[in-house]
Amino acid sequence: MGSATPPPPAARVVMSSGDISRALRRVAHEILERNKGPAGLVLLGIPSRGVPLARRLAAVLHDVEGVDIPVGTLDVTMFRDDLRRQPTRAPGRTVVPAGGIDDKVVVLVDDVLYSGRTIRAALEAINDLGRPRAVRLAVLVDRGHRELPIRADHVGKNLPTSSAERVHVALAESDGGVEDVRISGGDR
Amino acid sequence: MIGKHLLSSADLDREDIETILTTAASMHDVQRREVKKLPTLRGRTVINLFFEDSTRTRSSFEIAGKWMSADTINISAKGSSTSKGESLRDTVKTIAAMSVDALVIRHNASGACRQVSQWVDASVINAGDGTHEHPTQALLDAYTLRHRLGDLTGKHVVIVGDLAHSRVFRSNVITLATLGARVTVVAPPTLMPSGIGAWSARDGFATSWDLDEILYAGDPPDAVMMLRVQKERMSGGFFPTAREYTVGYGLTSERLERLYAVNPQIPILHPGPMNRGLEIAAEAADAGSSAILDQVSAGVAVRMAVLYHLLAGDQGAQS
Repeated sequence: MGSATPPPPAARVVMSSGDISRALRRVAHEILERNKGPAGLVLLGIPSRGVPLARRLAAVLHDVEGVDIPVGTLDVTMFRDDLRRQPTRAPGRTVVPAGGIDDKVVVLVDDVLYSGRTIRAALEAINDLGRPRAVRLAVLVDRGHRELPIRADHVGKNLPTSSAERVHVALAESDGGVEDVRISGGDR
Repeated sequence: MIGKHLLSSADLDREDIETILTTAASMHDVQRREVKKLPTLRGRTVINLFFEDSTRTRSSFEIAGKWMSADTINISAKGSSTSKGESLRDTVKTIAAMSVDALVIRHNASGACRQVSQWVDASVINAGDGTHEHPTQALLDAYTLRHRLGDLTGKHVVIVGDLAHSRVFRSNVITLATLGARVTVVAPPTLMPSGIGAWSARDGFATSWDLDEILYAGDPPDAVMMLRVQKERMSGGFFPTAREYTVGYGLTSERLERLYAVNPQIPILHPGPMNRGLEIAAEAADAGSSAILDQVSAGVAVRMAVLYHLLAGDQGAQS
């Protein structure tokens, strides 16, 4: 999960808008290659920024294969293991595409992969929605520092960071037209 | 910010209500799934302590707690040690000593829940105290109205019935006012709460003794909420006969037809249980625009949202 707070002015840009869209195109092709085509694919975006990313991947898949891949959203708030560490916030909506997820290949989409705890929560949330044939993970940025045995299948960019740094993802759909990935904090 | 307890609708500002209703919408999605279970309150214990009879409130709190994976236990006054003469203080202190996380309390004395919140460490949720308040009912009514009408700012809601004995009405007036709606309350003079004149100073709040004038003359209502005539609280002669009450203040099929002539989508609400044929005709209760079963369905979602916000987070931390 990327940081929702706006980056300080000193934040370094590590991916431009162009880098983001090129990375997403590659990830879309990887998803197709791994799945040997678009059959049975369902994209589930994790709010907030995983949702527009999932929609963009679906748009690329449509361009490439000419088929509409079902896109849904998967809110994991109620499944998080750190609820007691912060004040509650209203959860987002979970929207399962009309065809459901049973026996489908679900690709989870999120902006930043960090501790892996969001993905653990997502796997538990999926469990209550149905039984997919397989679950894969696509992220825009993998910044390392995993706390659980979880890895991404498809990564837009591997971004070595120190845990003192913060990664800020801005997307045109959710951040008022601004689009880039920045790093702030840390010693460098 | 939503606090530790929910004792009065006045505890919630507009932002709190928006947060709870947004959460309730997500919980409503869960309700439609095959697996209706969230792990969020695993290991937390919720006690429903009901000193008055209740079906829908108690069962919806129980279902809400169970779907959030909390351990939920019901205690009713009948058959408990209260019937052996134990005081409220001793009863709640005893239960709280078993390290429970929340007490959902219904009591026939106004202010009982606030009193209890000063005796125990657990979160206290008011599920109806005397003729005072019933905040989760007001939240589920707001949820239902918003689902039908969208933003409630400026909307005109008419509440009709036994206001003097109604906690539902008190909480609803507060919550609807917080959300920017205009409320007109209608009751016979004998069932108007004393001191309601002072409330009229609030923006958009009005009182009337004449239902037909409010429904059809001038400012058309966007929603009508009928309240139950509380027979169990009717010891004094508040109205001559049931028939006379119905003629003056019931939502009869004639009144419904006249409302439908102007607005066939008008939501009809009733907190239940209904006295069909007294305050509401069967035709109105079962009308196409009736929201009465939506209210019940919203009740579980709203109570899940309330339990979540009171119990799941760290209430000490600031975001």
